[in-house]
Formats: sequence, C-alpha cells, structure tokens
Amino acid sequence: MLRDEDRIFQNLYGFHDAGLAGARARGSWDNTKSILDKGRDWIIDEMKKSGLRGRGGAGFPTGVKWSFMPKQVGEKPHYLVVNADESEPGTCKDRDIMRHDPHTLIEGCLVAGFAMNAHAAYIYIRGEFWYEAQCLVDAVKEAREAGLIGPNACGSGWDFEVYVHRGAGAYICGEETALLESLEGKKGMPRLKPPFPAGAGLYGCPTTVNNVESIAVAPTILRKGAAWFAGIGRPNNTGTKVFCISGHVNQPCNVEESMGIPLRELIDKHAGGVRGGWDNLLAVIPGGASVPLIPKSICDTVLMDFDSLREVRSGLGTAAVIVMDKSTDVIKAIARLSQFYMHESCGQCTPCREGTGWMWRVMERMVKGNARLDEIDMLEDVTRQVEGHTICALGDAAAWPIQGLIRHFRPEMERRINEHAGRRQAAE
Amino acid sequence: MPKMTIDGVEIEVPAGITVLQACELAGREIPRFCYHERLSIAGNCRMCLVEQEKAPKPIASCAMPVAEGMVIKTDTPVVQKARKGVMEFLLINHPLDCPICDQGGECDLQDQAMGYGFDKSRYHENKRAVPDKNLGPLIKTSMNRCIHCTRCIRFATEVAGVEELGATGRGEHMEVTNYVSRALTSEMSGNMIDLCPVGALTSKPYEFAARPWELRKTESIDVLDAVGSNIRIDARGAEVMRVLPRLHEEINEEWISDKTRFACDGLKRQRLDRPYIRRNGKLEPATWGDALTAVAWKLRGASADRVAALSGDLADVEAQYALKELLAGMGVRNIDCRQDGAKLDPSNRAGYLFNSTIAGIDQADVILLVGTDPRHEAPIVNSRIRRRWLTGALTVASIGPLANPTYGVTALGMSPAMLQNLGGFADKLKNAKNPMIIVGMGALTREDGAAVLAQARQVAEACNVVREGWNGFNVLHTAGGRVGGLDVGFVPGEGGRDRDGILAAAQAGEMDVIYLLGADEIDMAKLGKAFVVYQGHHGDAGAHRADVVLPGAAYTEKDAIYVNTEGRVQLARRAVQPPGEAREDWAIVRALSEVINNKLPFDTLAQLRAGLVAANPVFAGIDRIKSAAWGSFGAQGAVADRPFATTVRNFYMTDPISRASPTMARCTAEILGGQTLAAAE
Repeated sequence: MLRDEDRIFQNLYGFHDAGLAGARARGSWDNTKSILDKGRDWIIDEMKKSGLRGRGGAGFPTGVKWSFMPKQVGEKPHYLVVNADESEPGTCKDRDIMRHDPHTLIEGCLVAGFAMNAHAAYIYIRGEFWYEAQCLVDAVKEAREAGLIGPNACGSGWDFEVYVHRGAGAYICGEETALLESLEGKKGMPRLKPPFPAGAGLYGCPTTVNNVESIAVAPTILRKGAAWFAGIGRPNNTGTKVFCISGHVNQPCNVEESMGIPLRELIDKHAGGVRGGWDNLLAVIPGGASVPLIPKSICDTVLMDFDSLREVRSGLGTAAVIVMDKSTDVIKAIARLSQFYMHESCGQCTPCREGTGWMWRVMERMVKGNARLDEIDMLEDVTRQVEGHTICALGDAAAWPIQGLIRHFRPEMERRINEHAGRRQAAE
Repeated sequence: MPKMTIDGVEIEVPAGITVLQACELAGREIPRFCYHERLSIAGNCRMCLVEQEKAPKPIASCAMPVAEGMVIKTDTPVVQKARKGVMEFLLINHPLDCPICDQGGECDLQDQAMGYGFDKSRYHENKRAVPDKNLGPLIKTSMNRCIHCTRCIRFATEVAGVEELGATGRGEHMEVTNYVSRALTSEMSGNMIDLCPVGALTSKPYEFAARPWELRKTESIDVLDAVGSNIRIDARGAEVMRVLPRLHEEINEEWISDKTRFACDGLKRQRLDRPYIRRNGKLEPATWGDALTAVAWKLRGASADRVAALSGDLADVEAQYALKELLAGMGVRNIDCRQDGAKLDPSNRAGYLFNSTIAGIDQADVILLVGTDPRHEAPIVNSRIRRRWLTGALTVASIGPLANPTYGVTALGMSPAMLQNLGGFADKLKNAKNPMIIVGMGALTREDGAAVLAQARQVAEACNVVREGWNGFNVLHTAGGRVGGLDVGFVPGEGGRDRDGILAAAQAGEMDVIYLLGADEIDMAKLGKAFVVYQGHHGDAGAHRADVVLPGAAYTEKDAIYVNTEGRVQLARRAVQPPGEAREDWAIVRALSEVINNKLPFDTLAQLRAGLVAANPVFAGIDRIKSAAWGSFGAQGAVADRPFATTVRNFYMTDPISRASPTMARCTAEILGGQTLAAAE
C-alpha cells in the first residue's frame, strides 16, 4: 500500500484549502524556478526516466511524447493542450484534481509548457464541469496574480499563460484531435493522423495534448526525482495512479495508489470491499467503459497496471474500476455501454457510424435473448469489423466491451437465447 | 523520390503523394468513396484501407503520405476483410433501391459491391430513414442513400465557394443538409451530382429519364459561354438527354457550370424546324426553295452598301466563314460578329484573347478584373481563380460591379477612370511574378469601349504585365462564337459599318437587307424597315422580327469549330440530327450561294475547312493555342466617367437555348428569386 508521503495529490478529497496558500503548504509551487532553471532537456529526460505513462487511457510514455515536439521553435508557436474533457464512464479523477488541487495542474502546465517551448496552455474542460472550470479559473487567476504564471513566470524569464476553455459535453472531444478541432471552434471530429499534433496540432502549430493527471503529477516527479517515481510500482508501470472505484462496492471512492496494486487489495482496502463480500463479485470493468470486462476468476489475482491487464486482454485505461456483483444483468450493462458509444459516435467514418448502432441493436436483443445462437458469432464479427478500421479509437472502445462480454459470458448469452426460444415455443 | 514496395513490386514514387496514388502508379486499383483527386482528403469512408508492414492496423491509403521504404500490401486477407466490413456497413442502412435509382448503372456503391459485397444481409434491424432535402431545382436528393462521404460538402465549400452544405447530427443520425431548405446558390452545383458516389444526389431535370446504357455518348464542347468546356453529350434517339463534363485539365478539369449541364432541355423547345416566310405580316411555313429564293431575290436586288450581316453568340466558325465569303463575293462590307457592340479590336489577336490561358491562372499572383464578373460570365474561370486564391498566393482587385465573387476582392472603383488612377495597385502589378489583367465585356460594350481597351493595354504595358514568357493581358468573352468570328474576320471590311453603324443605318432606313446569323441580342426595334433574314435554331428575338427564317442547327447537332476565349480551337461534334428540315449552318449558306448564282467554292465540310485554314492557319491546330504577338490595339479617345455595367444579368439565361430551357427558368425563379442580378449594380 502506498505510503502517505508518496501521495502526490495531498488534497484529493478536498479536506484542505484548494487555494494557492493551501497548495503552497502542500509543496506546490515550491521553487518552481529551480526546476525550470535545470533546462528543457533535463526536464524531458527526467520525465522519461520516471517511466510515467499517460494517464488518459492509452498509456503512452509522457516524457517521450514531450520529446516529439520540435526542438527549436520555427515560424509557428508551440502549444500545450490539457485534456480535461474527462468523459469516460466511471472516471472522475481529473475532476477531483481540478476542484481540490488545481495548482498541481497549473504548475504542471508551466513545467510541461516550458519543456516543450510553449508560451500558452489551453485547458479544455468538459462542459458539464461547471464548478471545476470555475475552480480552475480562480486558481489560474491566483497563480497569475502571484506571478507564478504570466509574464516572467516564477521569475524564470519564461512567459507563460494558461487559458481555460469549456467544452460542450461531447465524449468524442476527449479524443485529442477532436479536442483540437473543438478548441478551434469546429465540430468535434477526430482528424486523420498523420500529421500528428506534435507536427501540426492546434491551428496547425506543434501541439502536445496531455491528460490532466499526467500534467499534474509532473512537478512532484521533478521535485522528488525520477528515481522516486520509478521506484513505485513495477518496471514499465511505475508511479502512483488515481483509481476511481465505483459500482457495487461498499464505499465508492477515488484513491491514489501505487501502480500494480492487486485489484482485490484495491477494492477491499479502499472501497470497503464488494457488496456482499468478494464471493459475490461477478465482474469488473477495470479501466473505464471502453475496456473489456474481466470476470471474478481473473479479478482474484490480477494486478492493476497497464501490462498486467493487457495480459488478461483488458486494459488499465483511465483506471476507473467499475465493480459488478452477482445481482448485475451483465448483458444489459454492456448493452447500456453500447448505447453510449452509439450516441457519442461522431458519425464521421463508416465503421463506427454504422457499426455502433448495429451493435447496440443486436445487444438490446441479446438482453432479452431475442436472437439466434449464431448471432453471437455475428456480433463478435461485427465488433472485429469496427475495431482497428476507424479514424479514432472510439470504434475500438465500442467494440471491446462486447468482445469482453462474449469472451467471458457467452454461456449466459446462450442461456438467455435458449430460454427466450423456449418461451416462444411454449407460447406457440 | 521515395522508394516503396507495393504488393512485392518495388516502385519509385514522387514525394508528397499519398499511398493511394502510389498504388495507382503501381497499377493497383484501390476502391474508394470519399477520396477525390480535386477535393481535400476526408478519409472517412474507410474503403481504401491497405496493409502497411509494421503498422498495427490497416491504414487509410488516401490519407497516408508515402515514405521511404514503406511496404504496402493491397490484397491480403486483412485488407479484404476490412473492405468487406466497410462495404457491409455502408449497405446496412442503404435502401438497396437500385431498380428505381437514377444512379443505377453508374453507381460507385453498386460497382464496388460487386467486388466486396455479400450476397445476403446479416442486418436484421430496421434501416435508418433520413428526410430528403431541398437543394433547389437542379439536384434531387434521396438522403436514405447517402453514405456520408462528404464529397458534396467539400465541393461546395472548396470549389464552388458557397458554404451552404454541411452535416448535422452525430453518429448514425448524421445528415448531410443545407440547413435551411433553400436552393443552393452556386453556378457549379451540378457537379455534386457527378461527385456523389451513390444516388443520394441525382439530376432533377433528368429524373427517371433514361438509363446510362441506353445513351449514345458524343464527346463535344460547350458553347454557352466562352470557356469552351469539354462535355459529353448523352443522347437517346433524336433527343439530348443530358450533358456531362469531360476531362480537360487546361480548361474545365472535370467540372462544368450549371448552364452548360442543364440548359440542354432548351434544345427541345422553341425550335425552328422548317423555313418560314413572312406574308401579310405573319410568318408562314415555306419550303427551302421558296425561302432561299426569297432571300436571294432580296440580296441580289439590294446594293452592297445597303446589305449587312450580324452573327450571334453561338455562331460557329464554318458558318461565319461561309457567310463572310458569300457576302464578300457580293461586295458587302457591313458585317460584324460583335452583336453586343463590344469594341474589340480585330486587328491584333493578342487584343482579344485570354492570353495567359485559363490554366495560367494557377500561376497568377495578382489579378485585376476590369469590368468583368467571372462568377457569372465564366464560372469555370472563377473557380480556378478561387482555387488559386485559396492557396494564399493570389491578390484580386476589381474595377466594376462584382456580385458575390467566391474570393476576396479589393474593390478599386466602378468606372474606367480608375484605370489611370491605380495608385499602389500599379506597383503590385509591376512587382508581381505573374500579374494578370482580365478585361470583360462590361468594359468593352460601351461607346467608349475602344478607348477603355486602349487604356487597359497601356496599364498592361506600363505595369509590365506582358513580359518575356508571360502575357498577362486577358479578355474574358461571354459568347462561345465570338473569338471564332474575330478569327475568321467576320468584322467590317474597308469602309464597312460595325454593329452600331449597321443599327444606326437601319434605323435611318439606309439598310435594305440584314442577315442575322443567330444574332438575337440586338435591339430588333432598331432594324427599321429592313428585310431581315434570320438563320438560327431557336424562335427567339431574331426569328420574331425576321422576314425569312432559315432553320439552322444547334451546337449539339453539327460538327463545327469553335474558338474559346483563350484562342483554343475546338471541335463540337454532332450528337443528334437537327430537328425537322433544319440543316447545318454552313450548308444553308452554301445552298443560298448557289441560288444567288455566286457559288461558294466548297461542297463538303472538309473542303470548307481547307479554305478556312488557308485563310487563317490558326484553325489547323485543334485543341491548340497559338500565342498571339503583342501589338497595338484599341483606340485613343475620351472615356466617359460612367460605371461599368454588368453584362450577365441572369446567369441562367444568356442565349436562345438557355432562354428556352424550362430548367433554366426554374433556376431563375428559385435561385435568383425571379430577380436578375441587377441588384448588384
């Protein structure tokens, strides 16, 4: 279990002052100038050494991502964009960071922005997060008045501005290129890659898009050292992570823990255990709505990090742990997710536009059992036709939960189909 | 030049192209719906997926730039599966109403379903229903069929320059729409019908009219404006069913204007299909013999200086040549092909051509429009200017009225006085690499047109617009037959009268016979008591005034030479026979010459063309442009301080054919709202 002094977000629960004074008391903004003075290469190198992997879901090494930005500023300015469009069902970690510890994020923006030669950061915050946006705006104002950002930020000689931009509540705008489109005032539709944002991002300028948590942990990593961060967790899955535990647990919560904590320990220690005891567990969606669920048999032993979950054909995603006990209609639960993806598909490319609706409709029939047995295979085939063929990852996200369901709960699906067929025969 | 491997074959390809283009160079055809060479890349249909070695998933070849050492596979099980999957997705919500769909037989979805479709559907849910949209009188929509490729949206936004189409809704509720259910206001909108890969956008006038395999296809050119767009005429029996664009990179690429495309139904209406002679004030049907005799009798009886001829906007080169030869043989010098009264100077070819060529617009960096409104006079030229402007490398300024150009224009003023007062813009022209001046008929169809022309020439010379390897002086004509007329010399002979002179003389009763070769745009009231012969194909203004009507052939009904505004000699080809007793125009003149007893020295079109080439070698080079030597043209004189006027007031009705077209009438009513472009003045 993570030691208290290793926790980065000391005010995750909002028990203390979220303002600048409180943040300073917790160590934020402590001699930020000295970090900047060590130079860009040192910062990026330290981030690489820390092994921090992006906290938005895909788990791409953050330091490496920063290093993709052009070394020299050419004709076009560089931008840092923070993805605060936290919309993945089950996920609410960025929300708590922004409302209770906003200065970690703003300091992170300065450090990251400086490392990539950006003079401006845009925080694109989910439209529904009205209060959190207000907290951020206040924190930005505070930081600016204190000279921490703005011209000559922290006395470092680097001018840096942070802007908060509210989205309008579309899930797809959490996809980095759709976010950029939306930020530019266009319809939130993902762009084709290449070109990648580091080459041509916001307004065609070199841009890096990072998750709130990835940015917010950066100052602490740089202060405490890459070795400290890398010493937590397992190799290639280092550091601490905010887990969001929801569903059929006794105490749903957000908690910062070390990567690689066993799932059972996470649920038992922090969330008060599964409702009705561990044996009442049916399945867990370990990383937000878009990763395949894992049944109890896997939950017994699996570790919560990128590689362990990948080995069991799921993923860490945003580390939003959705717990389902045996009272759950698991088919209906996944059907609800299918509906979500159908609703949130942007409609730009064919497989996702047409496939998400098809999958949802078949899933709705599966809930009732109103299908043929071979339609389970057909459904699986349709998910394969969507997966990997779309512009962005929403197609994959729509396909995976269904694939997980079929992989682990096929007997339940078949049972329901047979039962429905039996009822129909009896009625006839 | 990156080297890459496509299906095991190593190939060197130009840098900067896409994988899809590289595959085509390697002889691999990649199926696609959304990709189009002349539009921006959308990458949304996902039909063009190919496998790239070391890539985790298939890539959209239309959007992926080539790179050194790339290994691409276009025909693996992964690719096949991906494409079949996309095809299935496209078909699940497609109505599959091919038997009643106008796109049937020329539908990309139909064709590619042959290669990648299943023979039965696995989709047992209800299909999506999408309300149809009203895009105006030209485009019929059937939005259930839409596959959301967004080609139409991209065309409207990028090429046509009217941001009137877009998509609303998300996911499967996404709909392509024009938001407000009002007719599109583009002169190029018909091209969306060609671009639509399915039957979502089809031609409204052509609705349920024919199947593509029933049509006889004739490659020809358009003459309804002076651009000379290359077209394909699709005919069934004696009827022209539709007009489609034909690829010509240097003129119209693959677009045509809506008038070019849709005015063809005017070819069936108001036609002159037999000769007429006016008896007791009324035109009565007559035989060819009687009609020609009547004309010959009048011509022979009149003295040469009391005979005149005007040729119209659609007159072909051969007819004008034949008529000119016939009248010259009789000593008639009062002939003019400039029925609009434009003060074009026939003495110098560089003075009446679009010297830079239309393709030259792609190099231009500064353009000065003088009394011209390209959007309505030549939409094809306009879209090229827009494309060049979109690159950011072009500045456009204008003297004269301009109604909603599709690019940014600096308005310098309205009247010709501005030509001598260009100020800073003169320096822009001077310092430009490829400057252009485009002089339109709005500047030349004035009494002081010759002086305006001379001033434009002086500006061109002073600003060094004509330089080594680049002639930036351009005249943008509005009539398809005009340059041809000037090239054959259908202009007043020594001491002869021009249009203004002819009309003035006729009004004063000094003209006995006036021969109108398809000339309809003059004020017929000014013809006075003269005996008027009208040779043409439509019962328009000229025929109403005529004393004898000789029925000719329209441009779809004859093999004829036309010269476009660039001076490019092109061939129109006969797609259908002229109706009834109507005949090809050169043959009518030839027959008349025999009745007059002044037989022209040719019996066939080939003999006529031989004489034509001997008279002016320009006509020998079909589809070629002979650049004209610079010289002096125009005339010194006072210029009135009166603003330039708009020449094309109603884009949809500029000539006898489009005036007879019901489709063009609907466009006038629905798109222009019954208003002409007079509002722009």
